[in-house]
Amino acid sequence: MATAARPSAPLTVPAARRGTCPFDPPPAYERARGQEALARVRLWDGSPCWMATRHADIRTVLRDRRFSADATRPGFPFLSAGRRALTVDRPTFIRMDDPGHARLRRMLTADFMIRKVAAMRPAVRAVADDLLDRMAARPGRTADLVADFALPLPSVVICLLLGVPYAEHAFFQRCSATMLRTDAPPDEVRAAQSELLEFLAGLAAAKRSAPDDGIISRLVAQGELDDDEIASMGRLLLVAGHETTANMTSLSVLALLRDPAQAERLREAARLDDAGDGAALDTAVEELLRYLTVVQSGLARIAREDVEVGGTLVRAGEGVLCMLGAGNRDEAAFPDGGRLDLERPGARRHLAFGFGVHQCLGQPLACLELRVALPAVLERLPGLRLAVPFEELRFRHEMAVYGLHELPVAW
Amino acid sequence: MSPDRPGASGPAAPARALRVEVDQDRCCGSGMCVLNAPGVFDQRDEDGIVVLLDGRPPEGVWREVRDAESGCPSQAIEVTEL
Repeated sequence: MATAARPSAPLTVPAARRGTCPFDPPPAYERARGQEALARVRLWDGSPCWMATRHADIRTVLRDRRFSADATRPGFPFLSAGRRALTVDRPTFIRMDDPGHARLRRMLTADFMIRKVAAMRPAVRAVADDLLDRMAARPGRTADLVADFALPLPSVVICLLLGVPYAEHAFFQRCSATMLRTDAPPDEVRAAQSELLEFLAGLAAAKRSAPDDGIISRLVAQGELDDDEIASMGRLLLVAGHETTANMTSLSVLALLRDPAQAERLREAARLDDAGDGAALDTAVEELLRYLTVVQSGLARIAREDVEVGGTLVRAGEGVLCMLGAGNRDEAAFPDGGRLDLERPGARRHLAFGFGVHQCLGQPLACLELRVALPAVLERLPGLRLAVPFEELRFRHEMAVYGLHELPVAW
Repeated sequence: MSPDRPGASGPAAPARALRVEVDQDRCCGSGMCVLNAPGVFDQRDEDGIVVLLDGRPPEGVWREVRDAESGCPSQAIEVTEL
């Protein structure tokens, strides 16, 4: 087993990105990736844990069924006290193993399959156009691209899919934001989750007498889950369905504003897509997902038995955190991985959606939203530029999902 | 199973055919195979689980088929060289 070059004082995770390019993973993760073995790190409560940063190691950990996602197992690694409160109280199927996980996930896989999601394109496009129309109609030609476009777009879409009234967006976005803060006190996180679950359970109950064609209503009609279980599933879809895409959208726009040559490539890819060839736009979106990788909290697993990963023996009962952003910059998988290249061959091999049986269920929807949103912004707001100096932008360092708190733009 | 790195998966002697098999019980419905090799894989309407369209795909799509095998998050695809 390789043990060389382990630092005497283990790194505490999450590590900071500060002081580097805000698109790059924390330098400590990138250093760890250059070493032979998995890194031994410490969590917020001082407990030890392994950290995987290489593309191949992350694939192994996330796909090997000897690793468990069951957060109720003793020793399961959590990135913060708040994350622990969130996952242990009411585990959703992303914190379960098969067969329990598969049973619940399969109730939703049809909704997010490639063909079904592709058919949603006109609806997503209509939402994007409407938001951009409103922005463009403003007298000042300035906006916050997060609040005015990137956040409402996926929020409206996931509300339509679930059958949640979008009028409640301020409420669920607030709950969701608290739940995703890695620095929030556990009580606050727990309270936000309870509020959201109560709202969704009430919604499920209401659909019994007034059904619609949303997912919540269908789960109610199927009768396999009670209202609390439906609320739990709805909370997972609602939170995951808007925060990740929203942050990918605003961060992508910023990355393109900083790199006009890549923005031009995106415009060209969009022109080809309009002409019926979507391959270049697919690649462009996959590359942005790889380069930006907004899920920064580390995907956690625990070994059910001894497993060797990339030269390190992980003992039964030990936890591993998979740092997706670091894996997506691994030179062994992506040559010149620190560079954004919207024509990169093999960009789809990125790990931004995780890997293994828990790989993001909403991946096709997220890709569709980005395929629609990014060309629409560039086309509709020509001359788009930052309205504040780059150095003044506030990045989401303290959130499980990275991105921007605001993106003030002008055009 | 093919190795992780692209370009490192080619056999020493050229294969004459590829046999593709899928395990619907293992499938998690991610749809990655449909993105990688759309003519070879599809998803069931009722639950998004993998459907094999072509168990002996033509040589022109072998690369895509191998990408689908390596990119399958649940190891539900097995490709054998014949």
